[in-house]
Amino acid sequence: MLKIENLHVRVAGKEILKGLNLTVKPGEVHAIMGPNGAGKSTLGNVLAGREGYEITAGTVDFGDKDLLQLEPEERAAEGLFLAFQYPVEIPGVNNTYFLKAALNAQRKYRGESELDSMQFLKLVREKLRVLHISDELLHRAVNAGFSGGEKKRNEIFQMALLEPRLAILDETDSGLDIDALKMVAEGVNHMRSADRAFIVITHYQRLLDYIVPDQVHVLAEGRIVESGDKTLALKLEEHGYAWIEQRRLPEHSAV
Amino acid sequence: MSATLLQSLEQAYAQLPPAAMQAGRLGEARRASLAAALADGLPGARAERWRHTSLRALERRAFSPLPATATVDPAVLAAIPAPRIVFVNGVFAPQLSQLKDLPEGVSLQPLSQALQQGDVREVEFLARRFDAADETFARLNAAFALDGLLLRVAAGVHCTQPVALVMLGAAAGGDHAVHLRHCVELGEDARLTFCEYQLAASPQAHLLNSFAHLHLRRGARLDHVRVQGEDAGATVMTRSDAVLGSEADYRRTDLELGAGLSRHELNVSLFGQHARVAAAGVLLADGRRHLDTRLNIDHVARDTACDLTWRGLGADRGRVVFHGGILIRAGADGTAAQLSNKNLLLSANAEIDTQPVLEIHADEVQAAHGATVGQLDDTALFYLRSRGLPESVARTLLTRAFCRVVLDGIADAGVRERTDGLLDARLPQVAA
Repeated sequence: MLKIENLHVRVAGKEILKGLNLTVKPGEVHAIMGPNGAGKSTLGNVLAGREGYEITAGTVDFGDKDLLQLEPEERAAEGLFLAFQYPVEIPGVNNTYFLKAALNAQRKYRGESELDSMQFLKLVREKLRVLHISDELLHRAVNAGFSGGEKKRNEIFQMALLEPRLAILDETDSGLDIDALKMVAEGVNHMRSADRAFIVITHYQRLLDYIVPDQVHVLAEGRIVESGDKTLALKLEEHGYAWIEQRRLPEHSAV
Repeated sequence: MSATLLQSLEQAYAQLPPAAMQAGRLGEARRASLAAALADGLPGARAERWRHTSLRALERRAFSPLPATATVDPAVLAAIPAPRIVFVNGVFAPQLSQLKDLPEGVSLQPLSQALQQGDVREVEFLARRFDAADETFARLNAAFALDGLLLRVAAGVHCTQPVALVMLGAAAGGDHAVHLRHCVELGEDARLTFCEYQLAASPQAHLLNSFAHLHLRRGARLDHVRVQGEDAGATVMTRSDAVLGSEADYRRTDLELGAGLSRHELNVSLFGQHARVAAAGVLLADGRRHLDTRLNIDHVARDTACDLTWRGLGADRGRVVFHGGILIRAGADGTAAQLSNKNLLLSANAEIDTQPVLEIHADEVQAAHGATVGQLDDTALFYLRSRGLPESVARTLLTRAFCRVVLDGIADAGVRERTDGLLDARLPQVAA
């Protein structure tokens, strides 16, 4: 589904990703962990198509598409979703209006019929019920005045509504209390399916108690330096990221 | 004085129907106003109040003398419900107007009718003189205007239906100068929603010179929406002079969406204690449009308030000029004045000039003002696009959100919806 090969990315002249490789298959959940400044958020932003990132080498295939050639909205319509680390407040734009416009823009791109207000509302109610979210959030402007937890809930709600093929959660757990964390995890687990994949970017192991990953990768200094199953996350939690550094040093000196 | 524009108007004056040029005080006022306009000419680059708006191109144009008749497709008016009074190229159009079924205590008639009936007291406002050398358009209006709207709401009457004034510009073989003078009066505790439209029925390059007097007596409330959606070839000079009695409540919303050159002077005199004005507007300058809005809010009495919220959009090679003038006179203690002017530059070639000016001569005054010029937020734009909205749609959505606060101030739901629709129709052309 997603194949990243030798990805090099510069931000403001500084190389952040230095040859990143990652393959994600349908149905899989990949966790990407790593210390601050390793390039975790850069990866999420580059995949979603944010401006300001200079790709100097490498390829990213998404299905049968060259992802890096697509506009952000085309990536979304192809089924890629990024849950933002810092969801943006947009006063003056109604949440429901925005979501209906977004969903219908995606459907139009894919050649599907657009939903009318009744159909859309039915879909919204269904998703809200599953996620245990109050519909009060719908009547407000996008994220405007939302608490940190409400913003993250809104991201998960958007994800549930847009039903992406690949969802990237960029530190969705940061700043959340345990209840909100569980809610996010429930939302993800509810959506896990054979044809949908997740990349969960996180600094802490905690979220992975609730979203059990198929693979865990450690991103450090712009590269994936270690991959393993869910036990890798536990080792990291126990030993800290310094443990990875120490393990890497011999390899580095050998190069 | 030698300007082509003024020469053409001087000739036009000689051709006005003699019956229209009354003897007595009104006729005298007209002649004096014309003489003053011709003597002082159009304000030039040195005129402080016209510093950002050049009239050089307009000055070199000639306008045909007589009001030109034109046929208009009534479909232009489909979205404007009755009661409404319509002028086509400055001439009252009875077949397009609907003046009947007004509530008791509401009187609506064309100025031309009142002039024919010869009741001088009804049209006394026409005798007003304009002393400042740069009030050329007011003087020309005083000299020429033979038609307009007269709208009066008697004391205590609440007019629940919005009343519409429509000024249509229509192609009529040549460029015409159109002068209209309006008067809206609300008696004590009267209430009215008033919609004013300056629209194009067809492409033309007329000069519309429209001047409205608004008088709110004690406790009256006027909700006033004005939409300027003239043709890109047209020039529009609008002046609105409002006088507010004690506890009067004046709320207005202005959308400047059209014309090649449009200047609006909004003068509000807060004359009675506890009078308040809330004025909001959107100035949308795309193409090569030049939009100049000048507010003069005059706090005369104590405990008066103004709340001014204006948004400017500059796209293509458009230019927005905004002057927010607030004068708080000695003795106007307890005044609260608030001005917010935010602007969006949507193109590198657009220009926005904003100038809030507060002049305070009173004590115990609360005054706040802020003006900003910025661009669309890249992060917000990316957020919307990452959810699947095409860039043009995302830009339009953010631009609409930027203007939202202005339209939210319109109290009447139907009027708000129609006004929303007019802005919405224009935004994709600007933002995308």
